[in-house]
Amino acid sequence: MSTTDDSPSIVATSLAVGYGHRPVVDGVGFTLFPGQMLVLIGTNGSGKSTLLKTLAGLLVTQGGELSVLGGRPGTQPSRVAYLPQHPVSSHTLPLRVEDVVTMGRFARRGLFGRLNDDDRDAVARSMQRTGASAYAQRPLRDLSGGQQQRAHLAQVLARGAEVLLLDEPTAGLDVAGRRLVADLVEEERARGVTVVMATHELGDAETADAAILLAQRVVAQGSPGEVLTDASLREVFGFTQPH
Amino acid sequence: MDFLFGPFTDNEFLRLSLVATCIVAVTCAIAGAFVVLRGLAFVGDALAHGVVPGVAIALLAGFSGVLGAAIGAAVMMGGVGVVNRRFRLSNDTAIGLLFVGMLALGVIIQSRSESFAGDLTAVLFGEVLGITWSDIAWQVVALVVVAGTAWVCRRPFLLLSFDEGLAATSGFSVRRFANILLAMVALTVVASFQTVGTLLVLGMLVAPAATGALFGRRILTVVAIAAVVGVVSSYVGLLLSYHADLAASASIVLTAVVVFALAASIVEIRRWLEHRRDIHHLHDHPHFHEHVHH
Repeated sequence: MSTTDDSPSIVATSLAVGYGHRPVVDGVGFTLFPGQMLVLIGTNGSGKSTLLKTLAGLLVTQGGELSVLGGRPGTQPSRVAYLPQHPVSSHTLPLRVEDVVTMGRFARRGLFGRLNDDDRDAVARSMQRTGASAYAQRPLRDLSGGQQQRAHLAQVLARGAEVLLLDEPTAGLDVAGRRLVADLVEEERARGVTVVMATHELGDAETADAAILLAQRVVAQGSPGEVLTDASLREVFGFTQPH
Repeated sequence: MDFLFGPFTDNEFLRLSLVATCIVAVTCAIAGAFVVLRGLAFVGDALAHGVVPGVAIALLAGFSGVLGAAIGAAVMMGGVGVVNRRFRLSNDTAIGLLFVGMLALGVIIQSRSESFAGDLTAVLFGEVLGITWSDIAWQVVALVVVAGTAWVCRRPFLLLSFDEGLAATSGFSVRRFANILLAMVALTVVASFQTVGTLLVLGMLVAPAATGALFGRRILTVVAIAAVVGVVSSYVGLLLSYHADLAASASIVLTAVVVFALAASIVEIRRWLEHRRDIHHLHDHPHFHEHVHH
């Protein structure tokens, strides 16, 4: 089930994704190797989150082939980390940020494994990297949306995964936060982590290896230069990028 | 001192009641912490009412009320699952349907039997002053099972409280652990209804745990605060009931709710004081004030 540097992290062939038996998007195809990044761009409801949830194993594939780290999606929880859009519970959860970030290590320890020094180091390091260590002892619900998002990012990083699936990771973040996410993604890629990121920011595609433009169908997929053309952007968003 | 302890040293039935309510308080604190964190109060209420027809049928047919309650809770849980999954209705609609249906069934069964009115009152409001040692033994078993389940499943339960997607992508089956959590709440309800009654058990599940969630920052702290609040409410409620001749289980639950109201007031006052301190800080540092606003 493991992959080497030569083998792809994610392979999707003629993939169809959706809810129940209703495909939202089909014809998705890409291959990502360790350290590469794919960005999913599209309007609200275009299928970005559906595709990410399918990669995470939360939704079953509607058709085509999908392999994540050489196996079925969702079968290797300690090697794949998924950042969902802002969980509603964040507004009510009384637990400390440190404990919420520690949840990111549960995939590695399962029901009975004791949390050890490696886990504590991973939690501390990820909070430091995201700036969440400044409020590690505060309850999650007392934080601003941006601070909560940094805590969620720390939780995802704490897993030490080989594949990161990020659903709008810059949502609710200020300029510094957005810069931080970009830097974190680059650091993760440098250590061989494969990243798939749903985003509204066209700028996020600049450093990506591949992009998919979605509008409840695949409008374009390939390298960012091939995908984000004036024609395709006008078709999806009704405007083009300023040159 | 006699006012505080006399009732319990002089009356064995009251000592038994105190022991039983304290066990129920700790069991409810453990299950209640996850009920509050995961937002299951409505499910807890539905389970509490779902046991009514089960107990009613058990008493009419002459078998154990606890067994009847367990069957009622199981039917309630299964029914919610079926309505929810098969008919694609939201969880609260499914729960609401089963909730009123089971309660109505319990009342109809009661209405068919003249001699049953007193028993139903005991089911709805508890029989805290009629507790026996065998009831307590059964409650201890339930406490051990609930505590053991919560300890073993604390990680998936916490993940479910945070985000179901995170639980699933961490390798824990959402359906399996959500069902285990529901079963744990159902066991708590079944173990508690004899003491505080099916109408009031939700109060013991939610009020102490909600107080715990106001101050606790870790799940163990939330449970510990909830247990202390539950035990203190049991003692104060029984004492009030003895001296003022009030309904015992209602006094216990009302005390727990009043404790929550007092705790919430303290939190609000603390927030207000902190806000005032921040305002004064801005007035005392006008440069900072200008910097902030310009």
